[in-house]
Amino acid sequence: MESSKVIHAFYNDDEVLLDAVHTVKAEHHHIEEVFCPFPVHGLDKAMGLAPTKLAITAFFYGITGLSVAIWMTNYMMIEDWPQDIGGKPSFSWMENMPAFVPIMFELTVFFAAHLMVITFYMRSRIWPFKEAENPDPRTTDDHFLMEIPVNNNEEELTDLLAKTGAVEINVVEKH
Amino acid sequence: MYQFSGKLKTFSLVLIILGAIGIALGFYSGSKITINDAKHAIESSHGAHGDTSHAETAHDDSVPKQGHSASEIAKHEEHVLHQMKNRPWSAFYVALFFSLGLTLLVLVFYAIQRVAQVGWSVVLLRVMEAITANLLPVSILMAIVLILSVMHYNHLFPWMKEGTFDPTSENYDAIVAGKSWWINSTGFIVRSIIYLVVWNLYRFFIRKSSIKEDTANDGLKTYKKNYNASVIFLFLFMITETLMSWDWIMGFDPHWFSTLFAWYVLATLLVSALTVIAFFTIYLRSKGALPEINDSHIHDLAKFMFGFSVFWTYLWFAQFMLIWYADIPEETTYFVARFTEYKLPFLAMVVMNFVFPVLLLLNSDFKSRPWFVFIGGVVILAGHYIDVFVMVMPGTVGGQWFFGIPEIGAVLFFIGLIIYTTLNAFSKANPIPVANPFLKESEHFHYYNIEHTGEGSNDHH
Repeated sequence: MESSKVIHAFYNDDEVLLDAVHTVKAEHHHIEEVFCPFPVHGLDKAMGLAPTKLAITAFFYGITGLSVAIWMTNYMMIEDWPQDIGGKPSFSWMENMPAFVPIMFELTVFFAAHLMVITFYMRSRIWPFKEAENPDPRTTDDHFLMEIPVNNNEEELTDLLAKTGAVEINVVEKH
Repeated sequence: MYQFSGKLKTFSLVLIILGAIGIALGFYSGSKITINDAKHAIESSHGAHGDTSHAETAHDDSVPKQGHSASEIAKHEEHVLHQMKNRPWSAFYVALFFSLGLTLLVLVFYAIQRVAQVGWSVVLLRVMEAITANLLPVSILMAIVLILSVMHYNHLFPWMKEGTFDPTSENYDAIVAGKSWWINSTGFIVRSIIYLVVWNLYRFFIRKSSIKEDTANDGLKTYKKNYNASVIFLFLFMITETLMSWDWIMGFDPHWFSTLFAWYVLATLLVSALTVIAFFTIYLRSKGALPEINDSHIHDLAKFMFGFSVFWTYLWFAQFMLIWYADIPEETTYFVARFTEYKLPFLAMVVMNFVFPVLLLLNSDFKSRPWFVFIGGVVILAGHYIDVFVMVMPGTVGGQWFFGIPEIGAVLFFIGLIIYTTLNAFSKANPIPVANPFLKESEHFHYYNIEHTGEGSNDHH
């Protein structure tokens, strides 16, 4: 396999980092990843990442929750064990629907929230007992790290990154 | 400074005059109604009942059955006559209350911005201030209508009927008489005047003091004074709004009560107020009067419109579900009247006020596009007008409702009035509060998730 060399450029300020990302993108270099100790607003757009589709999945999870709630209330309250509650013995789901609205609401929220979190974890490749992927522990404290793959342009990239205000530049083999 | 163009002035005045003609026509034809018209209306409604297949099972309490005494029939006819005579008053009252309420809630939203020292909305403060110029004229009209009601020029409030509190009278109503410590004409009119005076005093003070802020240069002394005044106003508002919704709206159904009614009225008026702020903001920005306003400001206003639409639905449903589930006759009467004679507006309003805004304004991108906000806003305002309509009409005109010339006239009148007063007031002061300490924050306001029009994606920070 072709050896994959990457450059790790360190920054200690989010505004400097954001400007550096703009500069690197303007020179048409690919940025593999940026590791941050906290979320930086606007970084995804600056890196040219596609907008998240998490909102769309949330919508479908919500619809799923709503359907489950409708099926569940119908099965429990109408089909399996019909009761006369509050003088409303109509035994039809539609006529008792107002009583089920809170359940439909709660299950919609429950499904959307939980499944969205699980989707986010899976998409971010995070699961229990997973080893951390970040290349330097300082990115969990006070440093930002920009990772750029090298294609025989080590010198050029190093010069460029030095100009953007990086506090440390390392070229490393990635396995 | 913004110039209120002559063309627009004429347009708003034309609306006011057309509206006034519609209102006058309504009152004129209302004054011509006689007991024979009432008899005719009852006959035709019986005919309509006969046409339907449910004629046998349908039981309408307002229609006397066969074999009732002549005096009971005469009483029913008089009742229908009163309802028909109420119609021009109710038509005017619905639009008047809606206009007064949403103007008041603009003032409240404005006071909240001051009390919370909100950053993003500073460039919108003068727009809100300008809209509140509508408060004084509608307050005066409201005071006149309420005084005329107390003087028995109309039959809007059923509890004002003579003999309601008199055990010897045939109009005696034991339930209402039990509440006479609260609903009596003297207390009603005194309280109403107090509400109106409190709101208008704050509006008068804060407008003057806000303009003084621009040139005061006194180390934020005026700014802090305005903060204190707003705190006091918000406290008084929460009390007066609660009592106002009981007096001015719940009084139409004096037997009925709901403990979250004040919140429900508040939600209706608040979402309408935010929509009106968004409308005037979008208009003034499109005319170049407010270059400081960017897409993020519009986006935030639309978020409020969306959020409070959902809040309104929550209260609407909370009120409905508890009454539906408990099924206690004195509580369900409210919804029985609305589900029989007002089924279409009652259900249409839920679609307009909930389903439509949710579908249209759910998408983040749509919230910053003026056209989407405008279309959503028109439906929201129409929906909440219908909401007020369905709050007022069943108790005052019953089955004799229609959306015709008196209603349209009143709506046009108050639209013209709010356009005139707002733009007139807006042209009389700096379009933005130039000395506000949070002005810079507001000018740089940028919601990270959206792209402003006319800007490259590299400008993001």
